[in-house]
Amino acid sequence: MTRMKSIGAAFAAVLLSSVAAHAGDVRIMWYSDGSEGEVIKDLLSRFSKANPDVNVILDEVSYDVVKEQLPVQLEAGQGPDIARVTNLKAPAQHWLDLRPYLTDAKYWEDNFGAQADWMRPDGSNAITGFMTQLTLTGGFVNKTLFEQAGVEIPGPKATWDDWAAAAKKVADSQKVFAMAIDRSGHRVSGPNISYGANYIAADGKPAPIDQGAKDFLSRFVKWNEDGTINKDVWVSAAGTTYRSAAEDFINGGLAYLYSGSWQISGFAQKIGDNFDWVMAGSPCGSVACSGMQGGAGLVAVKYTKNPKDVAKVMDYLAGADVQKEFAERSLFIPAHKGVAAGQMDFKTDNPHVQAALKAFVEAAGQTAAPAMKLPGWKWSDAYYSAIVARISQVIAGEMKLDDAYARIDEDIKAKVAGN
Amino acid sequence: MTAKTVSSEPPVKTGLRQALLAPVRLVMGLVDIPMRGWQKLTGLNGMAGVFLAPNMLIFTVFVLLPLVINFIYSTTSGSAIFLQNRTYVGADQYRILFDCGSYLDPSTCAADTFWAAVRNTAVFVVFQVTVMLIAALATALILNRELSNRGFWRAVFFFPVLLSPVVVGLIWKWILQREGLLNYALSPFGFEPFSWLSDRFWAFFFAVFVSVWAHMGFYALILLAGLQAIPRDLYEAAAMDSARPIRIFRRITLPLLMPNLIVVLVLALIRAVQIFDEVFVLTGGGPGTSTMYITQYIYETGFASSLRNPGLASAASILMGIVLVILTLVQLGVSNRNEKKGARH
Repeated sequence: MTRMKSIGAAFAAVLLSSVAAHAGDVRIMWYSDGSEGEVIKDLLSRFSKANPDVNVILDEVSYDVVKEQLPVQLEAGQGPDIARVTNLKAPAQHWLDLRPYLTDAKYWEDNFGAQADWMRPDGSNAITGFMTQLTLTGGFVNKTLFEQAGVEIPGPKATWDDWAAAAKKVADSQKVFAMAIDRSGHRVSGPNISYGANYIAADGKPAPIDQGAKDFLSRFVKWNEDGTINKDVWVSAAGTTYRSAAEDFINGGLAYLYSGSWQISGFAQKIGDNFDWVMAGSPCGSVACSGMQGGAGLVAVKYTKNPKDVAKVMDYLAGADVQKEFAERSLFIPAHKGVAAGQMDFKTDNPHVQAALKAFVEAAGQTAAPAMKLPGWKWSDAYYSAIVARISQVIAGEMKLDDAYARIDEDIKAKVAGN
Repeated sequence: MTAKTVSSEPPVKTGLRQALLAPVRLVMGLVDIPMRGWQKLTGLNGMAGVFLAPNMLIFTVFVLLPLVINFIYSTTSGSAIFLQNRTYVGADQYRILFDCGSYLDPSTCAADTFWAAVRNTAVFVVFQVTVMLIAALATALILNRELSNRGFWRAVFFFPVLLSPVVVGLIWKWILQREGLLNYALSPFGFEPFSWLSDRFWAFFFAVFVSVWAHMGFYALILLAGLQAIPRDLYEAAAMDSARPIRIFRRITLPLLMPNLIVVLVLALIRAVQIFDEVFVLTGGGPGTSTMYITQYIYETGFASSLRNPGLASAASILMGIVLVILTLVQLGVSNRNEKKGARH
């Protein structure tokens, strides 16, 4: 019997050693939009040299993995020790409160406090992570195509209708697509809000889709139907799958792309001097000219076996010098208050990049109040998902727009009821 | 001259073989003792149980238990993974799935996407299986002829079966996308670039085409084996009677190939109901939901949606499982009938 017990114990030890994290291991799930993966690797290698007792493992994955697989791992009480995510609020119950482990919690409050609520459970004062960058949605213009077509780029107060008309002229002249918007509910929410949409009801739960949202979404569908917008982007998948239209813009096949500031680094690398491009803020609706705030946060996961080591890594990455270098090399708008207030020296000799970053910073001031609330609202993703799935069906010709509005409300209601 | 002595024993290195086999014999001998004891106690049926036990254990842990858990999931709601954190809702998930004004019109259903997926799957199965059967049979008939380089051609048709479904989907996506090879090949003939996968008809057409392309080789191989088992003398006799090829096909080939055709039909049906990977990579289920099939609905609902609903996904998968069980029972029934018919003849 003793022998059997020994064999059993040995077997259990082998099993455990194969699945459990070793003391000192910190595994980070990381996705990249541009060059930030290379930058973070470099920064972490310096941390590892200074802290040989902590073994940092960077798992670089696609955004789809973070969006689709990480939530399942978290629900099972597993996952990495740290993750870079954009859906910060809804899974907040899975994030670790770093407060007891941080060397200086006040430093975190002072510099990342403005967005801290985006990534913690409602009513809590937990510090669960920090934003690696702030992002803002906005329009990118292929300036060369506009010039070749002899069409003037619309001014800063131009409406969505103005932009659609101008881009269509360019498209007809240059045989390209006029416009594209990423297949994402977040992406169409800025325009919706510009027409007066408000997703949040008085009780904090989702409100039925309103006239403001309908005003933009009806335009969006019409532009897909008449060929102003490249409808491939929105009908190339079912359900809530995310699709970016950035490749079309990079390939010079698009006059106007509505995406976001996180694309800048990728554009700098991939477009090079193939054509001139500019960032042109968010077009105006009847109420505002608002983009959507957002960004990717680096959050600690509650199920880590090594919270102290996790906090050590997070403390290092949140440091002002590291944040400044990360933003400058990745070409991101920093979320760190102190860094953002100082002088930034973005590491690029590409004039488009400098101008685009400046334009995004200026456009941030125009963000409408409802758009500021959405990143920290639990039901944002439920709203976004319903819009994407149903509006895609309308564009594909499966559903009438009014039916889609009714379905969006039902979908959101079902999601709220089921969670 | 001395006569050579011929040994009846084969020239084997018996010493080495004996040495290698000795530990095996030792183990077998040790196992043999308790086995014989057990057999004395339980008889032959008990011994069958002993040999079946490991397989049954694996089946229970990896098939039966997940099935039971899946069923329990289908009676709960919420996005939690652990059962103790989920809320028991009885048959609510099934009620949601079956809450329909008319089952023929998905837009009247509460779970309209589910019924759209059911309808899409039914249409896909009808077209894909029909095309698959005809294509596989035609391919097998051609490959059964005296072709030059017959082995090469057999390999060509079988090759796509070796590819991962994701690779198949990606290859065809590169061919069919707007900047893809097909549009490039058509451009010299004056065709404007066309988004093949953004058009409902063409997306469905290529979903069927690509899945047939990917799997036909496997079914053709089964039919080819059946064709080769048909005795040659039947064809020779028919040729002596000056029978026409179409008559030979109808009166000899088709009846004798029927058991293989039934196997192919049922396997193709089951595979078609489960369609997911290559079509998901190819079209993503779009445009709209026109190429979204049941398996993708289950995946989207249970895993990919921002607020997942594993309970609803489980209920949908249970219903799909029931359909697959029915198809399997049909296969068993038809196979048994054929066997009995064969025994009578």
